[in-house]
Amino acid sequence: MAVHPNKNIKRVEIILNITNLGKTYNSAGKTLTVLDNINFTVNAGSTNAIVGPSGSGKTTLLGLCAGLDRSSTGIVELNGINLGDLNEDKRAQVRNQYVGFIFQNFQLLPTLTALENVMVPLELRGEKNIKARAMDLLDKVGLTDRGHHYPAQLSGGEQQRVSLARAFSNQPKILFADEPTGNLDFETSEKVVKLIFDLNREAGTTLVLVTHDLELAAKTQRIIRIKGGKLVADDHTNVIA
Amino acid sequence: MDTTPINYKRKLNIPWLFEMAWRDSRRNRSRLFLFVSSIIFGIAALVAIYSFGFNLKNDVDSQAATLIGADLAISDNKPIEASMQSLIDSLGDRRSEERNFASMIYFPKNKGTRLVQVRALKGDFPYYGSLETTPLQAGKDFRNGKKALVDQTLMLQFDAKVNDSIKVGKITFLIAGILNKAPGQSGIQAGIAPIVYIPLQYLPQTGLMQKGSRISYNFYYKFDKAVNMDKLVKKLDPRLEKAGMNYDTINIRKENTGRSFGDLTRFLSLVGFIALLLGCVGVASAIHIYVREKIASIAIMRCLGVKAYEAFLIYLIQIASIGLIGSIIGAALGSFVQHILPLVFKDFLPISISTDISWMAIGQGVVLGVIISILFALLPLIAIRNISPLNTLRISYEQVNLLRDPLRWFVYVMILGFIVVFTFLQLDSWLGSVFFTIGILIAFLILTLIAKLLMYLVKLFMQSSWSYLWRQGFANLYRPNNQTIILIVSIGLSTAFICTLFFIQSLLVKQVSISASGNQANMILFDIQTSQEKGVAALARQHHLPVLQQVPVVNTRIAKINGKTEADVKKDTTLRFSPHTFANEYRVTYRDSLTPTEKITDGEWVGHAPKLGDVPISVEDRFAKHNHLKVGDKIEFNVQGIPVSTKIASIRVVNWTKMQTNFLVVFPKGVLDDAPQFHVLLTRVPSKPASASFQQAAVKQFPNVSIIDLGLVLSVLDDLLDKLGDIIRFMAMFSIITGMVVLIASVRISKYQRLQESVLLRTMGASRKQILAITAIEYFFLGALSAATGILIALAGSWLLAKYSFEIPFNADLLPALLLFLAIAILTIVIGLFNSRGILNKPPLEILRRDV
Ligand SMILES: Nc1ncnc2c1ncn2[C@@H]1O[C@H](COP(=O)(O)OP(=O)(O)OP(=O)(O)O)[C@@H](O)[C@H]1O
Ligand SMILES: [Mg+2]
Repeated sequence: MAVHPNKNIKRVEIILNITNLGKTYNSAGKTLTVLDNINFTVNAGSTNAIVGPSGSGKTTLLGLCAGLDRSSTGIVELNGINLGDLNEDKRAQVRNQYVGFIFQNFQLLPTLTALENVMVPLELRGEKNIKARAMDLLDKVGLTDRGHHYPAQLSGGEQQRVSLARAFSNQPKILFADEPTGNLDFETSEKVVKLIFDLNREAGTTLVLVTHDLELAAKTQRIIRIKGGKLVADDHTNVIA
Repeated sequence: MDTTPINYKRKLNIPWLFEMAWRDSRRNRSRLFLFVSSIIFGIAALVAIYSFGFNLKNDVDSQAATLIGADLAISDNKPIEASMQSLIDSLGDRRSEERNFASMIYFPKNKGTRLVQVRALKGDFPYYGSLETTPLQAGKDFRNGKKALVDQTLMLQFDAKVNDSIKVGKITFLIAGILNKAPGQSGIQAGIAPIVYIPLQYLPQTGLMQKGSRISYNFYYKFDKAVNMDKLVKKLDPRLEKAGMNYDTINIRKENTGRSFGDLTRFLSLVGFIALLLGCVGVASAIHIYVREKIASIAIMRCLGVKAYEAFLIYLIQIASIGLIGSIIGAALGSFVQHILPLVFKDFLPISISTDISWMAIGQGVVLGVIISILFALLPLIAIRNISPLNTLRISYEQVNLLRDPLRWFVYVMILGFIVVFTFLQLDSWLGSVFFTIGILIAFLILTLIAKLLMYLVKLFMQSSWSYLWRQGFANLYRPNNQTIILIVSIGLSTAFICTLFFIQSLLVKQVSISASGNQANMILFDIQTSQEKGVAALARQHHLPVLQQVPVVNTRIAKINGKTEADVKKDTTLRFSPHTFANEYRVTYRDSLTPTEKITDGEWVGHAPKLGDVPISVEDRFAKHNHLKVGDKIEFNVQGIPVSTKIASIRVVNWTKMQTNFLVVFPKGVLDDAPQFHVLLTRVPSKPASASFQQAAVKQFPNVSIIDLGLVLSVLDDLLDKLGDIIRFMAMFSIITGMVVLIASVRISKYQRLQESVLLRTMGASRKQILAITAIEYFFLGALSAATGILIALAGSWLLAKYSFEIPFNADLLPALLLFLAIAILTIVIGLFNSRGILNKPPLEILRRDV
């Protein structure tokens, strides 16, 4: 039987396209170049790590990719949408639709319970039956019975798991994580990392994470190295998704 | 690839916004309540005053008939002209007649004498309401014989009982009853000019109807069939006007009383508004700090896809709801306080005031409260729109700099516009409301500047050689997240408001309590006829009393000014004289020299009239200004029928605060010397018994002479001022309480700013003492500086008010200001320290975990 030649070749979709990206800050009359002429693309469904020394511009780059900030030069294209063309409100909606976040310091809303924190992105979209889905997600991160606790009543690792559940609640196309394990002990880190990769696999989410932890970086398919605001290496590891 | 286009015009999910507002408020409800507690007292004051105003208006409407006591009242201050008599006798179905004049009365039982207002009455007046007397029927019965009704304050003063007797002029009357309240009279009026009613038929026998006494002739009419009084008086108006007579109907009285009380309530609501404004500053500053703390939460929400205006709406909903709750609490409190207002005002009102709940007032108060809390909260709230999601990655300060936000200026304009419009509604004067607003604006700017200056100076002069505690305490004043500006502005403004109220109150009180000290006169005898002049002076000397001044007084009217008559003035409004100038009776004197309290400011004083030509007169400065008169203008006086042409030779200023006879117009000697006149004699009595024995002798010998005992007047005045002071204090109380609440709220809210930090210090091993010292240093500077600035602003403000609004000399009582300064500085420190107590007593971990 003849097999169609294209059947087995996975069609590669580009979810994130960075072209000539640069960021400068003006302070005290001086111009500080934090990012300079960065170019790369990220394939949908892939796992990527951004590594580099402290102060090299990783967080800045991640913020730009996720549309949290405006670039000074260059283009960020997320799922085919040029973020530079959008105002902050429209970018907010793009984030709500396609993007998930995990922060080094969790960033849960302190006045909302764990469950409510997970529900917010769904509520924003005006979806139905969200409670069950949020419970489901909490279940997945192993916090079934902690839904009614406030962030202050949870440990750091538990908070990070809530933030994970929240990040996945809107079924994002791409998940950005800025040192998601930076504040966690080894064992908890392991747990959280496993969760991130599991959820990522299940949902086919693209993953972009910033980390100092080379072991964690090695678990991704690709490592982007930056130094002094410049992209210095772009290695594909032999990890199979 | 998922290419479903994004619907950027996502619909607002209002219920969800409410839900988020509710959730977000969870940990902050007590604090949110602290914000609105600042407006509660302002709203309470306004609702109380509005309710009082509405009730007053209803009560005036329903009681207007009893205020005047008849359908129509006509009065004249001269005997009725023969041509009018038939008209006077023909009106109405039932008539009453009354003569009204000031006279001395004498209580034979204990030889007491006092100047009172005698009302000689014939007929069944009042037709509405009654003369409220004890015993009840005395109000009707006294008309049947030689009986009198005597005001209750008089009865008390002279310890008189019903059935005692009282002498009015030459006749002795039996006291038939105590007069509790005459129609249309308030408690204060009764205290100043107590009334004695006698039957009109005995008036001629009293011998008090000679020339010199000022008698008013009143006629009261009752119409049994319904008559349109408005139409009737319109028809009568030209004739009555021509004869120089006044009239009053229930509707006119309703309008006049309503208007004057309208002015009263509007003035009071302005005082209430100040309390509210003060509260608003508190709300604005509290919400400013609140929003700053919420930056992290807002940034997260923005990260998750909440739009800028959705985030803004979430907090707007919070503030509006809490503003609504605060306003409702304020309105409830106000409806309760409303019951106190009639008690505070009862002596000033001629009617009894009901205290019904006024839903209208409550509605107005609540709406006002919500509007104003939103308006003032908007300033910090619009900042929310500019909070970037980037704050999740890195809290950045410059992001929240909003001065460039055009909406901010829009809100400023809205607030100023609101203040101007609201004060205009109270003051009815654009100029006044603009001044009021500018005053507040200037105070605000000064305080902001002072705060900035403080931060600048502290930064400049701080030495690294200072001890750690001082450096830390001072550094708190300018470091990021400091609250120097907010606290200085809110504490400073509260202090300024409170202090201004204090200053103005004491100025007014001082102004009126003219001291009867030194060698000044304290007794005035008037209505002395020319034939009695020498006798009265001799009697005074006989009692070893000095004759300090003895001046003739001639009653005149103005017939023409620069050739124009009243009729001309009415026709030609460009002439700028008030028609009242012609209607008034002028009591003028004549003499050959100025008194020590007079000073010529323009022209030249002439002491003796020349044989020919216009008589050179001197007019008082303010009277001249008011009527646009200048030196050289010609005035024709009507001196009891005889025209006298004069020209203004000089303008004088008169120091009115000195107790003596002062006149608007002074003639030179040689013109009025033979005109019909009466005399005034000023003397000084050394003691109460001396006063009493001289008065008894004078009343016995010269029954028509009236005597004003300044000691008595002053005590009545004192009483009046006390009551006025009570009202002012009562109203000021709202502002003061609000100021305190704002102070407490501002400092308490700032606690949350310092909390984290103090806990960190504590974790690093700072002792309890050290933390307290750092806090005390910071708050001492904030409290002391803002209180001092507030007091200086109050000084400037009261000086301006005294000079331009009240036109009284300014001298501030600095002692209360100093006490206020200490009180506020200490209060700030105490509240500040009280705040850190929570930190010191709890394990740091608990607090560190709380605000993740
Ligand atoms: N608002 C700003 N103004 C000026 N410089 C800034 C600003 N934000 C970041 N920077 C600078 O940009 C550079 C990159 O910062 P960034 O936070 O991206 O580094 P990073 O790679 O995430 O470092 P780390 O690993 O320590 O988190 C730093 O040198 C930082 O000082
Ligand atoms: Mg970083």
